[in-house]
Amino acid sequence: MCEAEQDDTEQPLLRAEAIAASVAQKCMKCQDNSAVLVIRVGDAFCKSCFKEYFVHKFRAMLGKTRLIFPGEQVLLALSGGPTSSAMLCQVQEGLSREAPKKLRFCPGIVHIDEGAVCGRSLEERRATLTQLEAIFQSSGFPYHIVYLEEVFKLPNSMLQSVSSSPASHYGENYKEAVDGFLQKQRETLTQIEQTPTVVEQLNVTDTEEQVQTKLAQLHICDLFGKENTGYTFTEASTSGKWPFNLTQTEAIKELFSSIKTLTAKEELLQTLRHHLLLYTARIKGYTKIMMGDSCTRLAVKLLTNISLGRGASLAIDTGFSDNRYGDIMIVRPMREYSSKEIAFYNKLFDVPNIFTPALDTKANDKASIHRLTESFVNKLQSDFPSTVSTVYRTSEKLNTVSSDFNCGAEQIDKCLLCLCAMDTKVEKASAFHATLISEKLSLKQNPDQMLVKEVTEPSCCGDDGVEEKGKCCGAHSEAFCSTDSNRTTDLLSMLCYSCRLTVKDMVSLDLLPQYVLSEAERRKRRAQVREQIQEFLLAPEEEVDTTSS
Amino acid sequence: MLGGGRGSSQIGSIMPVPCSSCDKKPAVLRRPKTGHSLCKECFFWAFEEEVHQTIISAELFQKGETVGIGASGGKDSTVLAHVLKVLNERYNYGLNLMLLSVDEGISGYRDDSLETVKRNQQQYDLPLKIVSYEELYGWTMDQIVKKVGLKNNCTFCGVFRRQALDRGAMMLNVDKVCTGHNADDVAETVLMNFLRGDIARLRRCTSIITGSEGAIPRCKPLKYAYEKEIVLYAYFKKLDYFSTECVYSPNAYRGYARAFLKDLESIRTSAIMDVIHSGENLSVKEDVKMPTQGTCTRCGYISSQQLCKACALLEGLNRGLPKLGIGKQYKLHNRLLKKDPLTEEQQKKLGAVTF
Repeated sequence: MCEAEQDDTEQPLLRAEAIAASVAQKCMKCQDNSAVLVIRVGDAFCKSCFKEYFVHKFRAMLGKTRLIFPGEQVLLALSGGPTSSAMLCQVQEGLSREAPKKLRFCPGIVHIDEGAVCGRSLEERRATLTQLEAIFQSSGFPYHIVYLEEVFKLPNSMLQSVSSSPASHYGENYKEAVDGFLQKQRETLTQIEQTPTVVEQLNVTDTEEQVQTKLAQLHICDLFGKENTGYTFTEASTSGKWPFNLTQTEAIKELFSSIKTLTAKEELLQTLRHHLLLYTARIKGYTKIMMGDSCTRLAVKLLTNISLGRGASLAIDTGFSDNRYGDIMIVRPMREYSSKEIAFYNKLFDVPNIFTPALDTKANDKASIHRLTESFVNKLQSDFPSTVSTVYRTSEKLNTVSSDFNCGAEQIDKCLLCLCAMDTKVEKASAFHATLISEKLSLKQNPDQMLVKEVTEPSCCGDDGVEEKGKCCGAHSEAFCSTDSNRTTDLLSMLCYSCRLTVKDMVSLDLLPQYVLSEAERRKRRAQVREQIQEFLLAPEEEVDTTSS
Repeated sequence: MLGGGRGSSQIGSIMPVPCSSCDKKPAVLRRPKTGHSLCKECFFWAFEEEVHQTIISAELFQKGETVGIGASGGKDSTVLAHVLKVLNERYNYGLNLMLLSVDEGISGYRDDSLETVKRNQQQYDLPLKIVSYEELYGWTMDQIVKKVGLKNNCTFCGVFRRQALDRGAMMLNVDKVCTGHNADDVAETVLMNFLRGDIARLRRCTSIITGSEGAIPRCKPLKYAYEKEIVLYAYFKKLDYFSTECVYSPNAYRGYARAFLKDLESIRTSAIMDVIHSGENLSVKEDVKMPTQGTCTRCGYISSQQLCKACALLEGLNRGLPKLGIGKQYKLHNRLLKKDPLTEEQQKKLGAVTF
């Protein structure tokens, strides 16, 4: 880690030019204390300057983006790992400072227990959860523990597009919001402290509540002092029962074991995780979700997404703010910390974190695209220390094609699973078009082949002596029962390029959670209706549903 | 199990599997791109048809054009020449095809592959023109590597070759140049540009036709053909080509991207097309600074700086400061143009590598 040895070959790498940083150096910031660590390529810091640097970075991140409004309910998605634990620590730090510089939002914690698909037993899960709950309770924020099995309980209206509330979050409003908040704070200081009404009651109903209007208002959050730390809502106390039954555990295990490749499993897991976070945020009344993704993790994610075909949504997947859901925004405040800095911070300041095994723990390097990319980036980083930061900076220069979901001028189709803008318009000269042609050319001209429907006329049937391909032969069409393949085709047509690849690796679509399948049905019916009246429609409408069907 | 294939394919099975396209002949190969099992003729047809579709949908050629095929004697350019010739006749493109080859002066590599190109010329009966670095620049790659070392030599070769192709194309008076870049190359380039943070190139590298006002357009008809399929095609068609890695390439940065891509392909065969798809759908923010296009003040070639890269590199070589063109030494270009002497320290930094 520390650059202790001299590099005397003539390689034009940074090593040759960096000062040999040894621990006996002085801190580069205060020039006073001796350095305890080196980050980047030669920046030596002492302990206190490092802490200042770390804390400042977090606040600067929130401050310059001006997206977190005062009094806003923000959900911290904590996995227990190093980065999210550091994030929790920063939030606690930020909220505990003296008044003028205090961070001004109301956090809650959510943790998703994915033990079911990682092959953990109930006892192991309980043990981990006990440890996690201890950490959450000591933070004093309300926390919610959600289980992956609960994905089967999500309501059917889960994936419908929602418009973001009108009072959101343009730069001009930020200043007014802050001023207004400070004003109200001064007022309440003179009043009797009331029981806060802001935190929504624990409501475990399945219907999605219409909290848009509430979310648009600014709440006054009562965070003076630690005495209001009674909100330890749990959905499974460690001594109580689990909020799911064994059939659901079996169902989720079956779903994941029906997926052939680890890559597709990881993608599906991420999607379901996002949906669960979204649902929790909606019913508990949060407007933002903070995720703990470090710079290194985001660089890996970026390259992985390129390899998966998600180039169109790179900016959304790795940018600071992710607005694809409309009402809930995902922010990533840890995105400028490299994993090295986080590891140092956690070590030096004893930040508690817990390791939970994930889907790809102990998998070999080539088990999935995610694992491969991670090992590739780490290896490259050791040879070329600027790799991660270069990739990160490149990602900052990207944007999404249609980043404003509010403009009603065009109906923007969104993928069913990942809710990003669709990128499967078959343009004439594109990789996607080429893929479809290849599929078609390698198979018999069969009327119920899936993707043939998307390429219109088979005009390129060669007439140079190759035999005629018109007839369906029994051997291949037997594999495709008509209703099954139709449903698969319909579902695939509603997915973006990379989600299609994920679903293609699934053996059977029936194992998907109900809300996905019913949303697919709903969209199909709507598209059929639209087709019937297409000729009478004048302006393209905004595809936003504010009522549940 | 590989993702993406729908046909019944068995790996290494002894029992004959029928071709999934014609269903009559037994399959002799499995397509790397889709996993389907095909017989020889169906594979040829599918491969050629895909190139044809690429050409038609991107409108690469017009009737009556003269097209120069960049021929190195390697598998990509040999297959390209063959397929273009076949398609030109089959679909009446009406093109006038020519072979154009570049001699970088790498002994043991390029002279052998040039022999292959000469054989190709006879086999396909196409006119051939060879341009060499020696006659264009006065330096061969062997001489350059002696000065520069093994790390940055690909930069020299690539830049010089691009110009050499253009000069040769002008000499032959062609309307378009096509190169044998395949899907793997394009995917590697996307990954490499991402890793290097080269936003400007990221936007351009997935275009199937590149080139701007005044320059001869350059296209990649094999853009969506997998490298493995090109090899399969050449093998079954018994095409003659020269198949060795360039001796100077092992330390190139591109090697990392290539190794990564190969691993990706082994996990998921469609990964190569997925990377290209991602590259095509990238969108860059409008306010990102992009290099503006101008011309080189010395040779008039298109350049985004005052001196085009080739002139900068050449200047460095001729002055005994080979690293002049490598890295971010743009400020020195002005001094070069004014013929100011460089300071001692700058000279040392840019100096030749000593082995």
